[in-house]
Amino acid sequence: MSAASILPLRLEEVAYEAGGRTLIEPVSLDIAHGPRSLLLGPNGAGKSLLLRLCHGLIRPSRGRVVWQGAAPGGNGVPLLHRQAMVFQRPVMLRRSALANVEYALKLRGLGRKDRRERATAMLARTGLGALARMPARRLSGGEQQRLALARAWAVEPEILFLDEPTANLDPAAVKLVEEIIGAIHAAGTKIVMTTHDLAQARRLADEILFLHRGRVVERRDAASFFAGPRTEAARAFVEGRLHW
Amino acid sequence: MQDLAAALGLALQLIARADSALAEIVGRSLEVSLAAVGLATLFGLPLGAAIALFHFPGRHAVTVLLNALMGLPPVVVGLVAYLLLSRSGPLGVLGLLFTPTAMIIAQFFLVTPIVAALARQTVEDLWAEYSEQLRSLGTSPMRALPTLLWDGRFSLTTAVLAGFGRASAEVGAVMIVGGNIDHVTRVMTTTIALETSKGNLPLALALGFILILLSIGVNAAAFLLRETARERTA
Repeated sequence: MSAASILPLRLEEVAYEAGGRTLIEPVSLDIAHGPRSLLLGPNGAGKSLLLRLCHGLIRPSRGRVVWQGAAPGGNGVPLLHRQAMVFQRPVMLRRSALANVEYALKLRGLGRKDRRERATAMLARTGLGALARMPARRLSGGEQQRLALARAWAVEPEILFLDEPTANLDPAAVKLVEEIIGAIHAAGTKIVMTTHDLAQARRLADEILFLHRGRVVERRDAASFFAGPRTEAARAFVEGRLHW
Repeated sequence: MQDLAAALGLALQLIARADSALAEIVGRSLEVSLAAVGLATLFGLPLGAAIALFHFPGRHAVTVLLNALMGLPPVVVGLVAYLLLSRSGPLGVLGLLFTPTAMIIAQFFLVTPIVAALARQTVEDLWAEYSEQLRSLGTSPMRALPTLLWDGRFSLTTAVLAGFGRASAEVGAVMIVGGNIDHVTRVMTTTIALETSKGNLPLALALGFILILLSIGVNAAAFLLRETARERTA
């Protein structure tokens, strides 16, 4: 891994349209190393889309996504290798838990022995050590999500995107996943995560980006956001009033 | 009716004592069909996966053509292979006509579209499920190809078995390019055709039994594979 950071990530007037509708209104923002940034907002606000635009899984209809030190628009494999993403529904390869982690490491060019060592260590760190040989798809939902985190963490990304990683999990599994996210952050990875769960946002966020109808309407540190949202949409959301 | 019963009895005897003429023919059949299917697998799986993964002009046309080729009439394949391999044909210098190699070539062309078309479908379905995750991991389409073939291994084995079923059961192609020469290119299906017309029913029936057993075996294997896959990935 080269020394130069790919952060901050800069969005310049990025907009996304599909089927004649603007799903993400033009937005410009910087995402720098450091605080855990949570994209908060109701379903359909555009959180997942914004995350995918940042990660490069979809291309903006307008504007640019620029990584530090990368040519504008350059969004190839080398950049992806410095990032990772955990999806709402983890996609596990049809092989063992261990092999799933090793696969990601192989793409980064690690040798067989290093892959095995690092993958084993990651499974231990995420509490999956005993399940290493199990077919990944036979793990429970919570275990699969922890495996997805182990796979993402194993490649030591500079920035980790998480798209509603606990949306389908029971409270015990949510707790484990949140602990792992905290550990990944503590180990120096930038966290950018979407959630529609207020309690979770309060637990995890250092800063909040509040989205409403495809627009980033507020961006503040978490404490002041929850103390008093400035916009009516955010106030309604925090107070649990529906607001469409 | 009595003749039939007698023929049946003789056929079972042939199988029971592993008659040498019978064994030779069964062995050659398996040799030819397994070689053809092996080659078709090596070629057809990556081909099908590539059509599923890469976007190129005419991709839809290729897909339609491939699906249509699944139903290629064996006699037509035999005829084309014959024209290519005959003395005056473009590959005539190789002197392959009426050899087992010619039969392998003909069956290869018969089976490859089946393997490739089924592989394309399997890989395309997998890609729909995997694409975001694999792209996020930094997988290029080139790297995704072997990944998806491996992850689709259970369904793909069914595709290969379907190809084997087709190869071992067809008579038209091997008859034309093989010539049904005793001890050289005679296989189960061509022998059945010949012996039946000669009235030698026991041998024809014995071979018929074995073909059906083979077909049942292949389908049982496909079924077991599907079950295993379901268990392992439920």
